[in-house]
Amino acid sequence: MAIQIPQVNLEDDLQSQIESVSANGAPVKIVGGNSKAFYGHAVDALDIDVSGHSGIVDYDPAELVITLRAGCKLKDVESLLAENSQMLGFEPPHFGDEATIGGTVASGLTGPRRAFSGAIRDFILGVRLLNGRGEIVNFGGRVIKNVAGFDVSRLMVGALGTLGVLLEVSIRVIPKFEAETTLLFEHADGQAHIDWINQQGRLPYPISASVWYQGQTKIRLSGSQQGLESACQDLGGDNKMECDEVWSELKEQSHAFFGQAKTIARVSVPSVESDFLTTESQLIEWGGAQRWVETPKDRLDSLRQQMQYHRGTVCAYRGYDSDAEIFQRPTDSIMTLHRNLKSSFDPAGIFNPGRLYRGL
Amino acid sequence: MTTSMRQSLADLFREFLEFESVVDQPTSLAAYECDGLSAYRQTPLLVVLPRTIEQVQKVICICAERNIPIVSRGAGTSLSGGALPHADGIVLSLAKMNQVLNIDVNAQSITVEPGIRNLAVSEAVKHLGLYYAPDPSSQIACSIGGNVAENAGGVHCLKYGLTLHNVLGVKLVTAKGELLVIDQQSLQSQGYDLLALVIGSEGMLGIVVEVTLKLLPIPQCARVILAVFDDVEKAGNSVASIISGGIIPAGVEMMDNPAIRAAEAFANAGYPVDAAAILICELDGTEAEVESQINKVDSILKNSGATETRLAKDDAERLLFWSGRKAAFPAVGRLSPDYYCIDGTIPRKALGAVLTEINRLSGEYGLPIANVFHAGDGNLHPLILYDANNEGELERTEELGSKILQLCIHHGGTITGEHGVGVEKLGEMCVQFSDIERHQFHAIRSAFDPANIMNPGKAIPTLARCAEFNAMHVHNGELPHPELDRF
Repeated sequence: MAIQIPQVNLEDDLQSQIESVSANGAPVKIVGGNSKAFYGHAVDALDIDVSGHSGIVDYDPAELVITLRAGCKLKDVESLLAENSQMLGFEPPHFGDEATIGGTVASGLTGPRRAFSGAIRDFILGVRLLNGRGEIVNFGGRVIKNVAGFDVSRLMVGALGTLGVLLEVSIRVIPKFEAETTLLFEHADGQAHIDWINQQGRLPYPISASVWYQGQTKIRLSGSQQGLESACQDLGGDNKMECDEVWSELKEQSHAFFGQAKTIARVSVPSVESDFLTTESQLIEWGGAQRWVETPKDRLDSLRQQMQYHRGTVCAYRGYDSDAEIFQRPTDSIMTLHRNLKSSFDPAGIFNPGRLYRGL
Repeated sequence: MTTSMRQSLADLFREFLEFESVVDQPTSLAAYECDGLSAYRQTPLLVVLPRTIEQVQKVICICAERNIPIVSRGAGTSLSGGALPHADGIVLSLAKMNQVLNIDVNAQSITVEPGIRNLAVSEAVKHLGLYYAPDPSSQIACSIGGNVAENAGGVHCLKYGLTLHNVLGVKLVTAKGELLVIDQQSLQSQGYDLLALVIGSEGMLGIVVEVTLKLLPIPQCARVILAVFDDVEKAGNSVASIISGGIIPAGVEMMDNPAIRAAEAFANAGYPVDAAAILICELDGTEAEVESQINKVDSILKNSGATETRLAKDDAERLLFWSGRKAAFPAVGRLSPDYYCIDGTIPRKALGAVLTEINRLSGEYGLPIANVFHAGDGNLHPLILYDANNEGELERTEELGSKILQLCIHHGGTITGEHGVGVEKLGEMCVQFSDIERHQFHAIRSAFDPANIMNPGKAIPTLARCAEFNAMHVHNGELPHPELDRF
């Protein structure tokens, strides 16, 4: 059955709400499906609900581009694309049926495919947004190649709603793969996995996801039937698994690791960094670049200090007290740029204050 | 700016730069007065060619203290005047910073100085079975720093992305002379995506002094099909059918009849000179992947109305098919004393309508146009043939070009797909963006460079400039395309 996405345009309403709060400088908390509320610091402010602002603005499958109102439900969007044998290339997590496309862009979270086909920032083409003055502005566009003006669209990805209210987004989509398969390998420790997976990356195999947990490496291959068969033969066809839910469990974080661990930190480092987290319970994704560890709050600081040697960041992802600093603070100079950019979009600082970094 | 000022500034720079790394003689300065858009020329106050990051920082600090504009320059191949000097400013050439700093085979990355040529990157890692994917036509000459400044594309970006998708990190010297490390090698970016903002910022947010690029394994196999069409629109639609069929070709290029004729006369690639359009479609990947896709593409092309398809039988023939397309610009250049290259992007479905209107405009202006088209990603390059020696012909050509760009906006596209705004498309920026949106661009720029010394006057027009442009283009009291939703 063809998927129905509600067509409701609340733009005027949202604009007048922002105009009125912008006049008195009162902060607002932008809410979509509320499925990623845990991500970032809590914001104590009046809700601006974008979830009702829904509908397809433009979608012609042959153009490989879809333009949507921000309140569209992610599950509906994915179903619509699937009907046309297409998909979102960045495999975003939902964390609930109510997840919206606006929240997906604002959170910037991506799934298992990240290291192999890209992040949201690699697919977003344009945005329509309400700035802190209540003005509606458009940046980017609906075409793949576009270098007119600064790249404001990508600035919205992962900004956690601190720069404006997303009204519409244009996203490049990709064709669904003809076939996918999962292979299983044994690697006693994280280091063996990291060495092996980085080596595979240099070979032209269609790897689209990887994970290591408790001595097992799993990789997913995506491509044509013929291409997969030949890659499986090269890599070791005996390791082929009939069917595995691991990729959707990783995407939605329903995997056993996420269920058992109480306080989870996300350590993001270049994929080739050595396995330096040997004392923690660990799950490694993204070819080695994303390492989830169960670690107590009092170890966060020392982990963050280690990052100067490992060229990465530590996010206090889930389960920590509300006073924990969720994202690792950047250098003072980079922070100054953040402040300047924030005030260029939102001079009165009304959008999601403190959600990304305290004081921003 | 007086000669004495030039002299005292040159002396100041020579305190830490080699004598010949400061260019202050008028005859030598002439070499820097334009980039690839030679219709615009300006002699700079001075040119400096630092060799190290510290030297770049010192140059910027000296300029910042004196409020002297800085125009950075790589290989000077910009087609939009991005490196056009400022009369009262210096040109900061990165030409001497052209070394490979590090190759990390495991991470599949290379760290380079900005002055290195695009093609030299792939050459440096070829022995490792790796390459750098973005391949702008000027790749033999253009620099990586310039590619970053313009977010350069190329014929393979449908599958492999633009510069933006292939840069992992940069080091940037700000307008205050501060060195920032902006790195996304950890894949999970945190905070604002400053890397995306810097890429394509046309030298207005700082000077990129080091770049880490993503490398890819050289595909095992690449095959090319050439398809012949008696109708341009059929050719355009066939691309949509290939993509709808779930295939992303490595490259899909289209040429119309005038471009085919010019290219064939120049390169003898065996193109059918009577065809309305040809399509060159390349597939790459593992042998098995390519084998399974090539037959599919062939039947899609035939079903889309191709009158003939030719599959290159070997690598030599593959390169022959490409040779005509790659020589299209110089080939068109032989037909006429001058040509002007336009760079708009449109949704692919608008191709038929846009080409029809371009042909009509060509007739109206009496200026022939040949079209080459990155058909996969909608990036259109109409080449207008003209003779600058004929009084007023350059101005008419520019006016025709501007109309074509506004046509692209009208069809939901953009005024520049890969060449940048520079000085060339400032007017059209006033059509594509509202006052509020342009104000936002200026505010972003001020967040990095409050004194406005980095490449001032480029890429983002001032309100006054737009008022002037719109005044010239108002018809019966209406702005061009008032009905436009400019998304």
